[in-house]
Amino acid sequence: MKKYGRLCFILFVLLFLYAPILILTVYSFTDATTIGAIRGFSLHNYVTLFTTPELRDMILGTLLLAVSAACLATILGTLGAIGAFYSSKKVGTFMDSLNQVPVINADVVTGFSICILLVVVFGISKDTFIPLVVGHVVLCAPFVYLSVIPKLKQMDPSIYEAALDLGASPARALRDIVLPQISSGVVSGFAMAITLSLDDYFIATYTKPATFDTISTYVVNATKGSQTTIKTALWALSAVIFVIVALIVTSANVRASRADQKERAKA
Amino acid sequence: MHALKISRKSLGIPYAVFLLLFIALPLVVLFYYAFTNGQGQFTISNLTGFFTDPNTLGTLCYSFGIALVTTLVCLLLAYPTAFILANSHLKQKHVLLLLFIMPMWINFSLRITALKEILTLIEGNLARYPFFNAVVGMTYDFLPFMILPIYNTLSRLDGSLIEAAKDLGANDTGAFLKVTLPLSVPGIISGVSMVFLPAMTNYVVLDMLYNSTYIMGSLIGSYFSAYNWHGGSMIALILLAIIILFTLLTHGMEEDNENPVGGALL
Repeated sequence: MKKYGRLCFILFVLLFLYAPILILTVYSFTDATTIGAIRGFSLHNYVTLFTTPELRDMILGTLLLAVSAACLATILGTLGAIGAFYSSKKVGTFMDSLNQVPVINADVVTGFSICILLVVVFGISKDTFIPLVVGHVVLCAPFVYLSVIPKLKQMDPSIYEAALDLGASPARALRDIVLPQISSGVVSGFAMAITLSLDDYFIATYTKPATFDTISTYVVNATKGSQTTIKTALWALSAVIFVIVALIVTSANVRASRADQKERAKA
Repeated sequence: MHALKISRKSLGIPYAVFLLLFIALPLVVLFYYAFTNGQGQFTISNLTGFFTDPNTLGTLCYSFGIALVTTLVCLLLAYPTAFILANSHLKQKHVLLLLFIMPMWINFSLRITALKEILTLIEGNLARYPFFNAVVGMTYDFLPFMILPIYNTLSRLDGSLIEAAKDLGANDTGAFLKVTLPLSVPGIISGVSMVFLPAMTNYVVLDMLYNSTYIMGSLIGSYFSAYNWHGGSMIALILLAIIILFTLLTHGMEEDNENPVGGALL
């Protein structure tokens, strides 16, 4: 009885989390314009999604922004973490605490303050994309930093010293010894950066050029409009993103559990 | 050895400059704008204006109300979920956990659009239950962020403590209330801090669900649209003060400050 209660609760929460997105996925394959009566099977939403230049540009723009912001954030954050880790305690703590600001701050405040600094005070035009990219790097880099620091702490410092004793230059030791040991932190920081950038709405609204849209800003504006073709094409987009996320999560998980099994087999 | 130490340290210089320029400086600018008027003169009227205007005070209360109810609802859903997951005897329970975390990676605006369609179908007219819809929307958006930290603390809990409590005569409820619950407080707190603050500021969820009442975030948005940098900065500063206060209150109780969300990503 108790077991059934638990199962029901779990299923209820899962239903709450997944029902909307799954129902929308089903309806994206019909020619219905509102959820309710299912009429015929149709792929026209997917055709609209991939052939409308406006939608295609918006999706590609979002991806390009996410990749470039994540790359910059990963480079800056990783180097920053290495630098902070080997600096004096004072400098390290200082960087740690500044790094924490965007993490705990509300995105509205971060976006608004960057807009004021770059656009209002420095007079940089939003059309240069500089405020937008800077804003997204501010959003992402702290999380890269946070995922690299623990890896540096776990590292055995004597391996690096041994490499130097054996004649490696500091740059080579860094590349061949330190980097491989923190790589899992760098990779998960990069993945985190991509998801943060893709999901962001607030920083983009305050810093983006008027003619450019990310998925979030586009969807928010589209829900206020009344264009049904665009509205239902976005259902198709939700379905596509849902499937991609599910595939990535599953494959990452399969790989992780395989690595886990290997580990266990060794032990 | 000396030259080498400098070279390792100097790798951090670009990021240090970046932090100062784009994280510290914007805060300074925010302060400056919040306490000046359009002519660049010092003024506290932005601050006094906020605390004397019934509209803005109402907004503050409404934000607190939404954030409080959302946090409670999230907690009531997330704690049992995390508890059941952490105590299940399934071999692959992290796969089950992933199911609850996965929505985090789907763009929130698309998820809220989906929710909006469903709520419209159920309620007919969204405008009838604005507060309820806002809470449902925020819960839908933030629930995974509450489940994850609570699950992490519960799954790391030392099972022998509960056994010890039971050996000493506690029943299930007693052991839960006296051992499990107090030990999971750090997880609850980090979950609460990941839900409460966004719920005060994420005004897009309200906008998309046709709730036109302002919360704190919407005030910044409206000042932004009106090019009123001074008023907007003051709201941002007040929000920042609330966030800092909240963080200081919860800081001592949190278990891992070093690993907010990143650690559990993959």
